[in-house]
Amino acid sequence: MLEQQLVNALTLGSVYALFALGFTLVFGVLAVINLSHGAVFMVGSYAAALVVTHFEAPLWVGLLAAMVISGLIGLAIDVVILKRLRARKAPHLIPMIATIGVTIVITSAAQGLFGVEVQRFPEEMLPAGDFTVGDVHVRALELGIIAVSFLLMAVLFFALRRTQLGRALRAIAESPKAASLLGINVEGLFHLTSFTAAALGGVAGALISLNFNAITPFMGQPMLHKGIAVIILGGMGDIRGALIGGLFLGFAEVMSKAYISSQMGDAVAFGLLFLVLLIRPSGLFGRVLERKA
Amino acid sequence: MEGFSDFWSTYSTLIFTVGIHALLALSIWLTLACGLLSLANAAFMGIGAYTAALLTVNLGWPFPVVLAAGALAPVLVALTIGVPTLRLSGVYLAMATLAFGEVSRVIILNLDVTGGPEGLNGIPLVTEGWHIVLVLAVVGYGLARLRRSRVGRAFEAIKEDEVAARLMGINVDRHKLFAFTLGAGLAGLAGALNAHYTFFISPREYGFENAVDILTMTVLGGISSLIGPVLGATILTLLPELLRFLHDYRLAVNGVILILVVLFLPTGLWDSRRIRAWFAGRSQK
Repeated sequence: MLEQQLVNALTLGSVYALFALGFTLVFGVLAVINLSHGAVFMVGSYAAALVVTHFEAPLWVGLLAAMVISGLIGLAIDVVILKRLRARKAPHLIPMIATIGVTIVITSAAQGLFGVEVQRFPEEMLPAGDFTVGDVHVRALELGIIAVSFLLMAVLFFALRRTQLGRALRAIAESPKAASLLGINVEGLFHLTSFTAAALGGVAGALISLNFNAITPFMGQPMLHKGIAVIILGGMGDIRGALIGGLFLGFAEVMSKAYISSQMGDAVAFGLLFLVLLIRPSGLFGRVLERKA
Repeated sequence: MEGFSDFWSTYSTLIFTVGIHALLALSIWLTLACGLLSLANAAFMGIGAYTAALLTVNLGWPFPVVLAAGALAPVLVALTIGVPTLRLSGVYLAMATLAFGEVSRVIILNLDVTGGPEGLNGIPLVTEGWHIVLVLAVVGYGLARLRRSRVGRAFEAIKEDEVAARLMGINVDRHKLFAFTLGAGLAGLAGALNAHYTFFISPREYGFENAVDILTMTVLGGISSLIGPVLGATILTLLPELLRFLHDYRLAVNGVILILVVLFLPTGLWDSRRIRAWFAGRSQK
């Protein structure tokens, strides 16, 4: 029983981590809380499901479509909205309010286009089969989700740590002005970061909807709240923190649902978040990464 | 008089809603005027609504006392969570209040006394039109006086530059707590009035979306004066009625408004400085 819950927790936690990575990346590099990340996540689910259902494409094409479509939306948000606010040096609450507006637009567009009914992947498209080790059943699907999440995270970590691009991004996170003086194309990297973050959010959406096989226009909001919980737990802008925080939240949620009460699962996550904010606002693992304008 | 009663019976619901929304918009105006983004006001409204409704239904307290209790309960909650939370700056505060709102919603959803997800039914319809008008007038007058007072000036100083305000000898923490708490009280009052008008309340009405709706009204109207939030509340309450032809896409309008206002009209529709300049420009011609 416990082992079974651990597998569930790892599946959920790895997707939370993937989602929160994009969220925290945008905060770290652009110094913006992008509250449209949940909506982009929802778009990823629909993109994957539509491609798989209508074009009868294999699942990996669906995941790729989720990444590209969500990424493009993230890029558009940056080019159309965030760029102007940067140019104006708007106070840091303003982009938050603007991205709330983006969320409302995307959510009601999805509602108008696809209706409020739950959409599903065709059952036969999902990888069947499961493995049994002792008493533990692991669905092939869950293994796939964990593998894809960790693969993408590994690529991101490698890119940030070991490549010239990653060094440039970290320089911007320290100080955009200094980075620009060093000849780094700051605006270009802001766009790239927005694209990447949204792509990660979109693929997280596709993976979550594969796991539960239920897609609605409203699935972004609870996920956004969880993402906020994760990046505060891990420290805002902290990449490693988002990974640990995501796994931790997945674990806390599954365990409290299994052993305390099914409804209180969400309250546990947010209660925890609230406590962390009061005791240690810089996160459990993080350092304060707040840029004073 | 005939015409008026026809008009009233057709549009009273709408006018009620405008009034309640105006109160809510003013409640978040208070915190914004102090430079705080609080996303907890929908939760405070819910706390006020549930407190008031439960007192009426279970104990049968008189309406004015119930209203006072509905305002007082969120004030107490705001005082408790405000002391530690308001140390947080900017985005951290916004997230903490968001988390608080979510926690309160989940708690209301899971308690027995609140009726859980089904909500509370059969709340007596006691609120009348003049109640809302009176409350709005008193609140408006009080806030107008507050703005011109030492406290109001301090709010403005804190909003412009917290460090400078502190150096001027303003007790920043206490002023922030005051704005946050008073805003919570106003939201609770609006919730209590609303609960005794709608007959039925449920946790769904006090979630994040509602906090965002309130915020949208105030951002649209502008925070440079008290007229802004009331104007924003009026427009955003009437707009959906006029946009019925958009069907499912109707809600998108709120989002588009938020984006457009933030991009092109950062001070909101009613910017007293801009309007004064406009009038000054006209009289010179």
